[in-house]
Amino acid sequence: MKPFALDHAASPDAALAALGKGATAIAGGTNLIDLMKLQIATPERLVSIRRTGLDRIAPDGDGLRIGALVTNADCAADPRVRQDWPLLSQAILAGASPQLRNRATTGGNLCQRTRCGYFYDTTQACNKREAGSGCAARDGFNRIHAVLGTSDACIATYPGDMAVALLALDAVVLTQGPYGPRQIPLAMFHREPGDDPTRDNVLQPGELITAVRLPAPTGGRQIYRKVRDRASYAFALVSVAVDLTMEEGRIARCALAFGSLGTVPWRDPAVEEVLIGQEPSPALFARAAEVLLHHARGFGANDFKIPLAARALAATLAQATKV
Amino acid sequence: MHLPLSEMYNEPDDRNVLDRMRQGVIGQPLDRPEGALKVSGQATYAAEWRIDGCVEGVLVLAEIAQGQVTAIDRDAALARDGVLAVIADPAMTRRSAQGMAAKAPQQDAAKVEYFGQPVALVVARTFEQARDAAVALRVDYADAAEPVPFDPHAPDVKVEAPSSSKPVEGGDLDQAMRDAAFSVDVEYDTPGHASAAMEPHATIAQWQGDSLILHGSYQMLAYNVKEIADCLGISPDKVRIIAPYVGGGFGSKLGITHEAVAAALAARELGRPVRVVMSRQQVFQTVMRRSETRQRVRLAADAGGRLIGLGHEALVSNLPGEKFAEPVTQATEFLYGGENRLLKVEVARISRLTAGSVRAPGEAVGMQVLEAAMDELAEKIGIDPIELRKRNLPATVPVQGTPYSSRMLTQALEQGAQAFGWSARQDRPCQTRDGDWWVGMGVASAARVNMMVPAQARVTLRADGSALVETDQTDIGTGSYAILGQIAGEMLGLPMARVDVKLGDSALPPGAGSGGSFGAISTGSAVLYACEEIRKRLAKILGCAAEELVLKDGTASHGDAAPRPLRDVLGGEDLTTTGKIKPGKTAKAFSQASYGAFFAEVGVHAFTGEVRVRRMTGVFGFGRVLNAKTARSQCLGGMVWGIGSALTEELAFDTRDGHLVNHDLAEYHVPVHADVPAIEVILLEERDAAASPLQAKGVGELGICGAAGAIANAVYNACGVRVRSFPLTLDKIVPSLPDPFAQTL
Ligand SMILES: Cc1cc2nc3c(=O)[nH]c(=O)nc-3n(C[C@H](O)[C@H](O)[C@H](O)COP(=O)(O)OP(=O)(O)OC[C@H]3O[C@@H](n4cnc5c(N)ncnc54)[C@H](O)[C@@H]3O)c2cc1C
Ligand code: SF4
Repeated sequence: MKPFALDHAASPDAALAALGKGATAIAGGTNLIDLMKLQIATPERLVSIRRTGLDRIAPDGDGLRIGALVTNADCAADPRVRQDWPLLSQAILAGASPQLRNRATTGGNLCQRTRCGYFYDTTQACNKREAGSGCAARDGFNRIHAVLGTSDACIATYPGDMAVALLALDAVVLTQGPYGPRQIPLAMFHREPGDDPTRDNVLQPGELITAVRLPAPTGGRQIYRKVRDRASYAFALVSVAVDLTMEEGRIARCALAFGSLGTVPWRDPAVEEVLIGQEPSPALFARAAEVLLHHARGFGANDFKIPLAARALAATLAQATKV
Repeated sequence: MHLPLSEMYNEPDDRNVLDRMRQGVIGQPLDRPEGALKVSGQATYAAEWRIDGCVEGVLVLAEIAQGQVTAIDRDAALARDGVLAVIADPAMTRRSAQGMAAKAPQQDAAKVEYFGQPVALVVARTFEQARDAAVALRVDYADAAEPVPFDPHAPDVKVEAPSSSKPVEGGDLDQAMRDAAFSVDVEYDTPGHASAAMEPHATIAQWQGDSLILHGSYQMLAYNVKEIADCLGISPDKVRIIAPYVGGGFGSKLGITHEAVAAALAARELGRPVRVVMSRQQVFQTVMRRSETRQRVRLAADAGGRLIGLGHEALVSNLPGEKFAEPVTQATEFLYGGENRLLKVEVARISRLTAGSVRAPGEAVGMQVLEAAMDELAEKIGIDPIELRKRNLPATVPVQGTPYSSRMLTQALEQGAQAFGWSARQDRPCQTRDGDWWVGMGVASAARVNMMVPAQARVTLRADGSALVETDQTDIGTGSYAILGQIAGEMLGLPMARVDVKLGDSALPPGAGSGGSFGAISTGSAVLYACEEIRKRLAKILGCAAEELVLKDGTASHGDAAPRPLRDVLGGEDLTTTGKIKPGKTAKAFSQASYGAFFAEVGVHAFTGEVRVRRMTGVFGFGRVLNAKTARSQCLGGMVWGIGSALTEELAFDTRDGHLVNHDLAEYHVPVHADVPAIEVILLEERDAAASPLQAKGVGELGICGAAGAIANAVYNACGVRVRSFPLTLDKIVPSLPDPFAQTL
């Protein structure tokens, strides 16, 4: 860890002012401090945004506005979230541990970095950590890596759970920045690596996430299915978020998002199109999986994710469509 | 007959002295006396001692796997804020000492033998300054002229017979395989494991003149003192180690490792105390690993399901020249019959950190594979796996002909089957479905060799009628404080509140140390002998024979005489003596082992192949139970290790540059609470006089030895997928799973 200065911002404006001068925001610190200890992140100035007052959950029309500093624990326990957007609650509770969720925040969770072991090890080549240095994971131990949205430069996943649920729920990320406020649909928030894996998302320098907005509840059946190596406290190998409504034995509407499968939280409208209007059956689920995984590509140790994703999708759809 | 108390344990002591005592504390499920300190943060662990003027050292690890350090940019480091020294001394270690080495491990850290080997230590005023400077330190290397492979299965790898064990050969195994009515010939892989003890390795070194005091985290102080002294070239009596509380070791703290010597060297150079705490990543990369293994098991059975041949061959690995070779076939030697046999271990010489003892070296991985192969054989024969095991328990050890001291294996299998509800098991896979889960049951035997090592303990019956037990024996979270106190309390007729136990200081008489499940029986026997001597002296004061003496609740009596408080009997004098024991003829005359049986019920997710253990039962016979609570905890903890070994734990090395990819607890997956279901532990009381004068055997490692086999067998029974590569992660199961909709639609 390098020496750094720490300030506390008492308002969003104060935070923005500090960010404008080049400070890095620190929320729960559960990811950033690890990165600093390993000197993967080396900010000289930190601004803590914990006291900016952005830690409230409030109704927003028919929807809900979740402040960027609401902790994962508070968000998952909120009665409105549990009632109307249970998918979000389930996804958060499937992640990390109670200690981490007490500390981790909505904004920080969206910005968490990959868990690629080569990224965290400064003895290894990594284009995400150091542009142009290479990608040691590609021909290495890449069991947890992505099979969709990869590039020659990087094959790392966005590892989180919460964002996968938010993606299925059509959430919008609200920000403030040097160029004013922005509303960024979750689907546009994370970036595929392309030829610049250093940037995980579309936030600009000096931009602050202030909240996440959920649209009106769909009333659908919501399930978050996280497949992992142990029963708790492990990142997903593959996860599936579904929000689905049945009418007269057919799938009337359906939103599906996948975690740890792609380089970003993954949603593919073509998969949903296959399902909508159809009667659920194993053959239908298999067809949806084919569409989803048509372009999937494994790198050796992660090949298994492709059949696994198909099976996880089938399991989740079978559960969600059962009357 | 009263046997003379001999230092060498040459004759089984079947007097069962403890059974004739009156206090009634031995065997009781008493709390650990230091437990409250530990859970309230008041037990001082190695790094937590407050020592005036102490500065902080951080190890610098090699960023290459093999070569020579040619230059270290000391000046740049020393120019940084707070940096006091850069230590790169030829005395620094490059490997860890093996258990009971009692001499220096390989030194000269400038020669790099594996990726992540420590090459230097940076010392600064604060930990943060030291860590920052350690990351920035520039080290130049020259590549090794003759590198060894990173992968034990590389074509050019050198494979050697270990110097530490000889093959066991008998009859003609190949012929037996040909003659067999039923046989299996299978190859299994097990991955490397980390001990992953909760407390990372840490040392505070402080010199007083030419004497060195170390606050550290070690398992075997008497040996560790010699190892450090040898590294520094000083006399062992100049070294004192203080380690009253140790946050787990599991083998990784048997011998000294890098931080201890580096701290001592830095403290000598700077003339002030130096603390070195390893990070979790450093512990994973540098201290000690359990070798991965590739095991071939051949089982040949006659038409009646009796073994006529047994082969167990293993390839393990270690650094060149390192003596330790994971003794994979250790329990296979005595567990089952089959006179035609070949048991053999070979070592591949590779570039990875030192391989050494990790909890239950040998049996932990050998038994899980043997027991999985036995399940395969039972299926072929078409008999119940319990029946197969019971049919194949030999009268004496095959080939050697040694008798068994005691063996509760049949009882464990039978009682476990009853308690677990084994009769509900389906004998074919894919018969039980619970929602999306295939459910199955598996069984395995447990076996772990019993060992005694030399031990001493001093017991003082103080004039006030209380007692003090003193030995350098460590308590690594196992219950040494509790059981040593109970032995003394039982023998001297004292309630536990009147027995003090002082441990973990090398200035005290050398106990056994914590390792190989031998701490309790070895050091406990020394305590017993010391107490017997004190009883003799008391009897003499009272004018009676030692056998007539009754000690209870702090009083002494004999015959019809009224009980007298010990305080009065002692008349202001302390009685003090040191008990000693060494292994003797009983060690060779009998095959000594602790036994048991594991039963597991698992669910395998029909879609995703995730495996979750639903319940487990373990039944164990290990001689006298000294404390039913701490013994149960050991068994339970061992079974949790079995879950990790079966399902999740695996050191992943990158075979391109030899570095360890998953060097923290986020990616090296030990079981978490949610992975550990209801575990039932049943202890069978037994007396094994050949094992120790306590009639107790070792229990610390027994709970792991075979547990993963029971789980793997349950996975097969659930879903019909036999995975011969541990851990049984879902990627290995999914490809062979039956159609998930078979039962649900
Ligand atoms: C052992 C472990 C296991 C974990 N397991 C899981 C898991 O299973 N599933 C899962 O989803 N997550 C998991 N996590 C990740 C955890 O959820 C994240 O670390 C956490 O959500 C980050 O939130 P934070 O508030 O602590 O972020 P910080 O560490 O404070 O910040 C992270 C990043 O976000 C930026 N940032 C924070 N807030 C804002 C804001 N308002 N605007 C702009 N930028 C901002 C920071 O500058 C920093 O770059 C795990 C973490 C650990 C350490
Ligand atoms: S996958 Fe991405 S994060 Fe991992 S090493 Fe390659 S470039 Fe770095």
